[in-house]
Amino acid sequence: MAVEQKMVTVYIMGEPQLVPEGSTIIMAWEYAGFQLKKGLGCREGFCGACATVYREKGDYKLKGGLACQTVVSEGMSLVQIPYVPAERPRYNLAELKPDINTFKELFPTIFRCVACNTCSKACPQDIKVMDYIQQLKRGDIAAAASTSFDCIRCGLCALRCPADIVQFNAATLAQRLYGKYLAKPSPELADRLQEIADGKYDAEIEELNNMGHDDLVKKYYSREMKIR
Amino acid sequence: MKIPYFPGCSLKTYASSFEKSAIASGAELGIEFVEIPRWNCCGVVSSLTSDDLMHHLAPVRNMIRVLEMQNDKIVDTDNKMLTLCSMCMNTLKRSNLKMQEHADELETINDFMYKEDQKYDGSVQVMHYLEILKEYGFAKIAEKVKVSLKGLKVAPYYGCMLIRPKEVGIDDAEEPTIFEDFLKALGAEPVDWRSKKTCCGSYLTVNKENIVVKLTGKILEDARRNGADLIITSCPLCAFNLDSRQELLQIRNPNFEPIPVLYFSQLLAIALGLDINKFGFENNKVDGMPLLKNKILNK
Ligand code: SF4
Ligand code: SF4
Repeated sequence: MAVEQKMVTVYIMGEPQLVPEGSTIIMAWEYAGFQLKKGLGCREGFCGACATVYREKGDYKLKGGLACQTVVSEGMSLVQIPYVPAERPRYNLAELKPDINTFKELFPTIFRCVACNTCSKACPQDIKVMDYIQQLKRGDIAAAASTSFDCIRCGLCALRCPADIVQFNAATLAQRLYGKYLAKPSPELADRLQEIADGKYDAEIEELNNMGHDDLVKKYYSREMKIR
Repeated sequence: MKIPYFPGCSLKTYASSFEKSAIASGAELGIEFVEIPRWNCCGVVSSLTSDDLMHHLAPVRNMIRVLEMQNDKIVDTDNKMLTLCSMCMNTLKRSNLKMQEHADELETINDFMYKEDQKYDGSVQVMHYLEILKEYGFAKIAEKVKVSLKGLKVAPYYGCMLIRPKEVGIDDAEEPTIFEDFLKALGAEPVDWRSKKTCCGSYLTVNKENIVVKLTGKILEDARRNGADLIITSCPLCAFNLDSRQELLQIRNPNFEPIPVLYFSQLLAIALGLDINKFGFENNKVDGMPLLKNKILNK
């Protein structure tokens, strides 16, 4: 006997659409016949391209999430955000100093933060966004680089900030400054770069390049993850 | 005594000498500063608009952290929160007072901060380090002095934020004596001067440098006229205006005689016999070392 697929009604830009229960937001859009050309990327929750905001039925809160990771619910109201407008200051990392003055100059808006925590509430990565902005305000770049480490630049924090701060670009600078000036140098990195230069991995890369789509997918999902 | 300590952004950057000397002197007296985990900017400047609640989120959030520290039993000073920077103290206290006096606004704020597990109830008592020292007992401090500051004439500079508005001041807004009492305990001679409560120009220093130079020039002159060897303060912004702006005063008036400006905690650390090399005296623009060596340390 065939199992009956349960359906839920979601509102895509105000229009009711019947979609299969358990769909992610991206799947719901596509089931309803939309073809997304922007606001969609890896579908794996890594790239940060599919940031979205939604409301659930009976809940006044505007929530944020990644459309490829968030499962729809009955009565959910949806829109897809193609891009979060944000200016990126130009800088040459080699000319910067890892101190508070760099942020005063390139990201003066961080000093507008009122500690409302709206950014942290919006972050699909559960990053304490407010905390890293606060850490930057007191010049603690190492702490900010660490707090913001999991940021995928989805832009939701910047979209919601009442002080118009573009948190993720400031985080990027903190991480770059940390990497260049503050992090302990890693001997392993030099070793690995040498191995690459010596062609140690050329054959493996070649093999991957020549693999067909299906084999590549299979290999990817059966890969071993080494976490040290 | 373990007390929740709110540093503030300036103390973590250009006023680190203030922080270092305060923490070290506290340790010597048995007052352990426990830095508030996840503290955020105090919210400076205090919002004076009655319907602007947004700007009270930052201060209230810090109060919540204090309650959390108490719940976790990492501090043992019921409800107290220690501050060093006068400006932070002022901002935090004013917000706290607003929350204590307006239950409806506190509720709105708690509701907005629904992600915080701990609600704020208005119970935190924001205190300045000077108040903690007073509570500890200036007489007791006097007993612990190892290097008496006898013969040192010090002009205590209150500025605005320590004593005004009076609802949040740590002492009488017109005739404060806490700095004087503190100085006497260390053996120093407090200078009585008119300018101790005169505004230094505060953040006008950012875009109206001239006004600040004019104001601080008068203050410094007054200190000299009354025979002060140096000035003490408890505000990084006042310290910046009074200390760093002397460079311009010197350029404008070749006869201007520079006067050292120190944090009160730096004097406390010296008096308690702590290693003078550890408290960032090199960060003070006008070098106070020759004077201190001459009058105190090499005696
Ligand atoms: S910090 Fe901002 S940009 Fe980064 S993942 Fe979180 S919401 Fe997205
Ligand atoms: S949303 Fe903006 S103002 Fe609010 S805490 Fe985050 S950075 Fe600060």
